[in-house]
Amino acid sequence: MSTSDTGSEAAAGWLAPSERSRPIRVLIAKPGLDGHDRGAKVLARALRDAGFEVIYTGLFQSPEMIATAALQEDVDVVGLSILSGAHLSLFPRIMEALRERGVDDVLVIAGGTIPDEDVPELKRLGVAEVFGPGSSLRSIVEYIRRHAPVRDDIAQ
Amino acid sequence: MRLIDEALAGNQRALARLATHIENDTEIGQQAVAALYARTGRAHIVGITGPPGAGKSTLVNALIGQARADGRRVGVLAIDPTSPLSGGAVLGDRIRMLERHGDEGVFIRSLASRGRRGGLAPAISGLIHLLDAVGFDLIIIETVGVGQEEVDAAAVVHTLVLVQMPRSGDAVQVLKAGVLELADIFVVNKADLGGAEELARELRGMVAMAPSESRWRSPVIVCSAVSGQGIDDVLAAIDDHRRYLTDSGELARRQQSIAAAEVKTLVASAVDRLLRDSSASVAPPVEDVAQRRQTPRAAALEIIRSLALNR
Ligand code: B12
Ligand SMILES: Nc1nc2c(ncn2[C@@H]2O[C@H](COP(=O)(O)OP(=O)(O)OP(=O)(O)O)[C@@H](O)[C@H]2O)c(=O)[nH]1
Ligand SMILES: [Mg+2]
Repeated sequence: MSTSDTGSEAAAGWLAPSERSRPIRVLIAKPGLDGHDRGAKVLARALRDAGFEVIYTGLFQSPEMIATAALQEDVDVVGLSILSGAHLSLFPRIMEALRERGVDDVLVIAGGTIPDEDVPELKRLGVAEVFGPGSSLRSIVEYIRRHAPVRDDIAQ
Repeated sequence: MRLIDEALAGNQRALARLATHIENDTEIGQQAVAALYARTGRAHIVGITGPPGAGKSTLVNALIGQARADGRRVGVLAIDPTSPLSGGAVLGDRIRMLERHGDEGVFIRSLASRGRRGGLAPAISGLIHLLDAVGFDLIIIETVGVGQEEVDAAAVVHTLVLVQMPRSGDAVQVLKAGVLELADIFVVNKADLGGAEELARELRGMVAMAPSESRWRSPVIVCSAVSGQGIDDVLAAIDDHRRYLTDSGELARRQQSIAAAEVKTLVASAVDRLLRDSSASVAPPVEDVAQRRQTPRAAALEIIRSLALNR
């Protein structure tokens, strides 16, 4: 089998690798027993309208489900939406599950009802930023655009 | 390439990374498909299509469970539409497949259609090759929910399953779009809601009357993806169809038409890209056409000749 189908034949230029930028991929997940999905849905649509590809996985996710989805979907950003108050017990397990699977270079952000005094602890765990109730959708889009990890092997 | 070796060894992180490269048609992606292509051709590739909300994703989830029970490795490529306005997408098929998270024998990837019509995604063939090469036995493609537009999935799969649900009004519409001739298996889902037997009878009537060149008679199967009723019958029909393809020699013919479709798609996209990138060289004959000095067909021939010479 020839492996030179990307080689230097004159016509190969016609099928040269794409130099087009790719959409940022974002996982939006709702960990734990939390039925508040309005914010996550609003955000998913806003990110779609900003040109991102959003994998929305719905309610009641275990840390393992979230980490497996992030792994298989090879997302750039993991967004966690939580309004149940259980963030301090769930987030360490989610970060651990991501690490276990080698998903160590994604941007993790969170939103929902997270009290200000808990934010430093979440950041210590590796959550880059927290967006509470009333956050403007545009500020979230801008944040992701600025902070999504840049992969040196794929055009953004 | 390290990523390829790791993916072949079962590393899902490497597999997912390669999928990203192939999806975005990068140099690494092209090299990966070139290196892996000789290993492909073993998997059974099954398309699941049908109107929005018919239960395609839920059925895929149930089929994964059924196929895992006898030890098969299952790869899923689930496609949802890209918004033509923003270029973004919300990919929601995975919601119905979350049960499978702890299982190394299952790999699920969501794809946006990125402008490709017919319910597929531009990189679908390359991604099928990837999953095939790393050893998935069953590869399931969930198309975008189809209404009236054409269904292209038949061009990339061995077995096409059309999923319908009772009392939706869509059932007959989809058949009008020409899927009746293309589907190898008909599934009436949501049997728990009632009305399924009526729809199944109607479908059986239509299938019996449809002209067909092959000896395969497309079965109509009633199931409930939620309760699990009839899922074993759906997988059995999929396996029957595979056996039929092999025994009748039709598999070889399908493999040829799948290859032909992929090659043609590559040629078409190359020409597309060339026309986009070389608007300057396209300009003179177009001007002549606008001024009625040349016919459109003659101008097109001139461009095709010059493209062939230029590279
Ligand atoms: C609407 C609502 C409900 C609805 C939910 C409907 C639905 N499908 O979502 C219903 C009535 C079902 C409900 C039920 C309950 N609720 Co309620 N509910 C609310 C309420 C009033 C508004 C939430 C909302 O939808 N806001 C609108 C959306 C757009 O905002 P948002 O989710 O905050 O999202 C924004 C940001 O947070 C951020 N964001 C959110 N997620 C993410 C993710 C990422 C990655 C990023 C970057 C940003 C981000 O962006 C969004 C845009 O700014 C809040 C009070 C409040 N002010 O928040 C209580 C509230 C969340 N509910 C509460 C409670 C206790 C309950 C119940 C347990 C019972 C009860 N006492 O009412 C049940 C539990 C339901 C369940 N199964 O989990 C408490 C939670 C307390 C806590 N955290 O400790 C709150 C805070 C009310 C309170 N002050 O007591 N609730
Ligand atoms: N009662 C019943 N509901 C079902 C069944 N299968 C699926 N559903 C429900 O139908 C809805 C749509 O199911 P999906 O599996 O997402 O349908 P889909 O065809 O994949 O939808 P799209 O991908 O959006 O086109 C969900 O609410 C499912 O729970 C079934 O057998 N019985
Ligand atoms: Mg679906």
